Amino acid sequence: MSRYISARVVQLIFIIFFISIVAFLLVHLLPGDPTLAILGPNDTAQARAELLKQLGLNKPLPVQYWTWISNVFRGNLGVSFLTHQTVSNAIGVAFPIDLELIIVSQILAFLVSIPLALAAALRPNRLFDRIATTSTYGMLAVPTFVVAVILVLLLAVKIHLFPATGFNPLAQGLGPNLKSVLLPSISLAVGSVAIYYRLLRADMIATLQEDFITMARAKGLSTRYILIRHALRPSSFALLAGAGLSIGSLFTGAFVVEILFQLPGIGFQLIQAIDSRDYLVVQGMALVAAIAYVAINFGVDVLFTFLDPRVRRA
Amino acid sequence: MVDLGSGSAALERVRDFETAKGVAEPTTIPGNSSSGLGLVFWISFAWVLLMVLLAIFASVLPLKDPNFQDYNAVNIGPSLHHLLGTDDLGRDLLSRIIFGSRVSLIIGFASVGLALLVGGLLGLWAGYRGRWVDSILNAASLVVLAFPALLAILVIEAFWVPRSLLKLTIIFAVAGAPSLFRVIRATTLSFATREFVVAARTMGATTWRILFRELLPNVLPAAISFALIGVAVAIILEGSLAFLGLSISLPTASLGNIVNEGVQNNNLSLNSFIALWPSLYIFIILVALNLMADRLRTRFDVRAGNL
Repeated sequence: MSRYISARVVQLIFIIFFISIVAFLLVHLLPGDPTLAILGPNDTAQARAELLKQLGLNKPLPVQYWTWISNVFRGNLGVSFLTHQTVSNAIGVAFPIDLELIIVSQILAFLVSIPLALAAALRPNRLFDRIATTSTYGMLAVPTFVVAVILVLLLAVKIHLFPATGFNPLAQGLGPNLKSVLLPSISLAVGSVAIYYRLLRADMIATLQEDFITMARAKGLSTRYILIRHALRPSSFALLAGAGLSIGSLFTGAFVVEILFQLPGIGFQLIQAIDSRDYLVVQGMALVAAIAYVAINFGVDVLFTFLDPRVRRA
Repeated sequence: MVDLGSGSAALERVRDFETAKGVAEPTTIPGNSSSGLGLVFWISFAWVLLMVLLAIFASVLPLKDPNFQDYNAVNIGPSLHHLLGTDDLGRDLLSRIIFGSRVSLIIGFASVGLALLVGGLLGLWAGYRGRWVDSILNAASLVVLAFPALLAILVIEAFWVPRSLLKLTIIFAVAGAPSLFRVIRATTLSFATREFVVAARTMGATTWRILFRELLPNVLPAAISFALIGVAVAIILEGSLAFLGLSISLPTASLGNIVNEGVQNNNLSLNSFIALWPSLYIFIILVALNLMADRLRTRFDVRAGNL
């Protein structure tokens, strides 16, 4: 166990180091001169040289990396040269939006997938199960941007139930906020519904064949009571594991949704920064997002190793 | 597989988990589960083949110019003259979709083919030889897999300009190779100690012969099944990037940027066909690829869990 975890920790450190190198080198992959992007083409060569010195871009690469990474450790990711906002500040504003998207979408996914899976598992391979299972198969195959387009077409354009794009912060009240987040969250939830449904259905079918279920039936308990109070809990381990394992991918999935619906989360800000060549923002956000992704995946893996020893050998 | 937030990639991880837990997946696809690949497989195969042929022979077929703007026929619905209608600039949607599918299909199949070639050969080698080759390649593949692929692709693409079909294919191949490597390595490992391999070796067969005549035919079904999922994932990714304006640059049509054009400038309420057709195209081809992969997986009993 501890050997497995220490191996994973070493791997994690190595990966984070690798990520930092890649994020650092981004600046140097920039075609042309970063000072040209900051000062514009009309400035003097002297001002440009001065800025180069000020940014420390004239020093050798390892020195630059060291300066940059030690600043990162102090929480200083630099300042956007467009908005003059610190990158860490921008991330602090953007991140809660990603978080809200993920939480709302997961609540929706559970609300839809659990009843569906219970109903399907009750009579496996019958009509309802077949329809539900086949449609989750389709849901797995649709890309998020297609789901989003269809949802916007149906719910925003045809019947004006939701705003098509834009974001209302929580400060404007819970109602408008939820209204602007709901459609993006549904788009994000579609994939999760399919996964959770399949996991829970498979485990429920197995659980419903156990003796204690027959016992409960013999006692004359109602089907609904048996499903929810007796069968759901022992069947939900894979479901929770699935939810945990997909947090990391939801995080990047949220990027696409944000850009589609113009929600100013990390993904949206990142694309904007890429468009305007605001390289310190790209560097900082890419670094933080990548590390968050890797760390979340690591945390979930270790957590489930504790919960289920069978995962360890996989 | 490349991580996308939803869809096949996430299910792959869960499937690993299921097999680790010992939960066999019950039959998911209605249809005959007896011998053979079944009707569902062949229908899907025929559809994908048809789409590939359409894309290959697009310039020979009697299609209109995908970039020709006919201002006398703007935003018209499906008709005999324009089978799928026209967009807001009067361009024929059918030919835009068929020409646009070239980008998706080339990137989908070429990147996975490249990934399969590189990742597959290394996987075969690492699985058979083991030792330090295996350790190094295994560690490297884990590092690449741990990286959020979408993020990496976004950032690399943004800075590696100008974007071209070749560069996109290479980026996608690099992102896809590690997972194919792992699948093929794991499958090779499970065959490498079997009697027929030992027998071949005792009979004096060369490593080359063992790899390609004994191991490869056994590893191939698993590889193809995973490669099909890979093609589906690559098509989704390319579509998403094109939708965001980060794939092939305009005016070259690609499925994703047609959807994007269909969403821009109030087009969605004026003429929803622009966004609808390419979305439908992507949906059907992805379902077909997934069904094919699933049938192969069940038929050849490929387990994701021994990754």
